Amino acid sequence: MEKRTDKNSYTIIFAIGMVLVVGSLLAYLASSLKPRISENQRLEKQQNILYAMGINDNDETSAVFISTDEAPDAFSENVSDQIVITIDANGKVLSNQSRDEYFNATKQEPYLIDVKKQQASAKAGGERKLPLFVGKNKQGKTVYVAPIYGKGLWDAIWGYVAMDENMVVQGAYFDHKGETPGLGANIKQRYFMDDFYGEHLLTENGTFKGITVAKGNADPKNNDKTDNEVDAIAGATITGDGVSAMIKSDLKLYKPFFDNLKKQGK
Amino acid sequence: MGLLSKKDAKLITDPLADNNPITIQVLGICSALAITAELEASIVMSISVLFVMGVGNVVISLMRNIIPSKIRIIAQLIVVATLVIIVDLVLKAFAYELSKTLSVFVGLIITNCIIMGRFEAFALGNGPWRSFLDGIGNAAGYAVILIIVGFFRELLGSGTLLGIPVLGDPIEKTGLYSIGYENNGFMLLSPMALIVVGIIIWVQRTRNKDLVED
Repeated sequence: MEKRTDKNSYTIIFAIGMVLVVGSLLAYLASSLKPRISENQRLEKQQNILYAMGINDNDETSAVFISTDEAPDAFSENVSDQIVITIDANGKVLSNQSRDEYFNATKQEPYLIDVKKQQASAKAGGERKLPLFVGKNKQGKTVYVAPIYGKGLWDAIWGYVAMDENMVVQGAYFDHKGETPGLGANIKQRYFMDDFYGEHLLTENGTFKGITVAKGNADPKNNDKTDNEVDAIAGATITGDGVSAMIKSDLKLYKPFFDNLKKQGK
Repeated sequence: MGLLSKKDAKLITDPLADNNPITIQVLGICSALAITAELEASIVMSISVLFVMGVGNVVISLMRNIIPSKIRIIAQLIVVATLVIIVDLVLKAFAYELSKTLSVFVGLIITNCIIMGRFEAFALGNGPWRSFLDGIGNAAGYAVILIIVGFFRELLGSGTLLGIPVLGDPIEKTGLYSIGYENNGFMLLSPMALIVVGIIIWVQRTRNKDLVED
C-alpha cells in the first residue's frame, strides 16, 4: 500500500509548506535582528579604524580591540576628521570634502562608506569616493587611515591601513569573511599585521609600489622596511596575494592626496 | 551511566571508537582536512557540530513521519541550513565577537556529510531521544579525530598549540630549534591531514581486527 507521504500531492504541499515556514521564520528573524546587527557592524568599523591607528587593547601576542562601550567616544576623540576624496574613473580628483561637508550633503558618516560599492561604481566608469580618516596615534603622530577591500581565496578580505604623510605604514588591520582557518584566516593575526608596521608603500624615488606579501623574501624578522615586502603565511599563498593586490590597487588612489599634502607643507 | 540504558549508552560510546564517523564511516573527511591546521579551529568546529548534530537530529526525528521520502534529502538540508543560519543571526546580534570567529564555519557545517549522514541513517528511523544521543555521540567521535589531527598538525607544522609556542622560537632558534629542528610546513597543507587520518585508521584497525574488511 502506498504511504500517505509518498503521494505527489503530499510532497508538493509539504515542500510549499516547509518553504513558507522556513522562509518567513528566517525573514522575521533577519529583519527583527537587523538594527542590532548593523549597530554591531558600525561599532566594529570604528574599532577597526582605531585599531589601525594604534588605539587598541593589544596584549603581548593577540589583537584586541578597545571595547564596544568605549569605541564611540574614542572614535570621536581620536579621529579628528574624515576626509572624502571623490575621483573619476581615470583617478582624477574631483573634490575633497571634510567630514562635516560630506555629512551635510549626504547625512551619512564617511566611515560607513561601503568600499565594495565604491569599487563597483568605479569599475562601471562612475566616480569613486575614497574615505580617509585623520587622527593622532598614541605617539602623537598624525596618521591617515584608509580602508581597502579585495578578494582572498574563498571570499572577501578587507582591512584598514594607517599611514603617515610619507605613506609609511603606521598600523594595519586585516579581516576576512571566509578564509581557511589556520591558514588564510591568519591574516588577522598579530604576527602578520604587525609586520606591516613601518613598511614603506613608496619606493626610494617616490613612486607607488605597494607592499607585497612575499614568499621567501629572506627577511622573516622583517628588518628591512624599505623592500616593499612582508613575509607571507605558509599555506596561504592566494590569500596573501589578495592582500598584496588590495593594498596595491586601493592605496594607490590616495597617492595624489599625499602628494598634495606635501606640496602644501613645503 | 545510570541515566542511560545499555543500548542508549552504546549510541554515545560506539561512534567514539568502533563506529567512528571519520575513521570507520568515512564521513566528514572534507572538513577534517580543511580546518585542522590549528587546534583552536578544530575545537571550535567540534563544538559547533556537536550543537548542530544534537539539535538537528532531534528536529529531523520529530519530523520523520511527515517528511515525504522523495524529497527527504532536500528537507534535511533545509533543516540544517535553517538551524545554522538562525544560530549565526542570533550570534551576530547578541555575541558579535563570537559570531566572527564562527562565521567561517557556517558553510562547512551545512555541507558536513556527517550531519546529513546521521539524519539519513538514524534520525529518520528513530525517536527524538535516541536521535539526540546518536547526534551527540557521532559529533563527539568526529571531535576526537578532529582534535587529534589538529593537535599534530599545529604541533609539527607551526610548533605551537592553541597559538602558544611550545617548541621554542623558530626564528630566534631557541628551544628545540637550537639543535636543528625545523617546522614541517607540509603539515599545514590539507594532504597531511589525510595522512594523519590514515595513520589513525591504521592504528585503530591494527588494535581491533574486527574492523578490518576483507
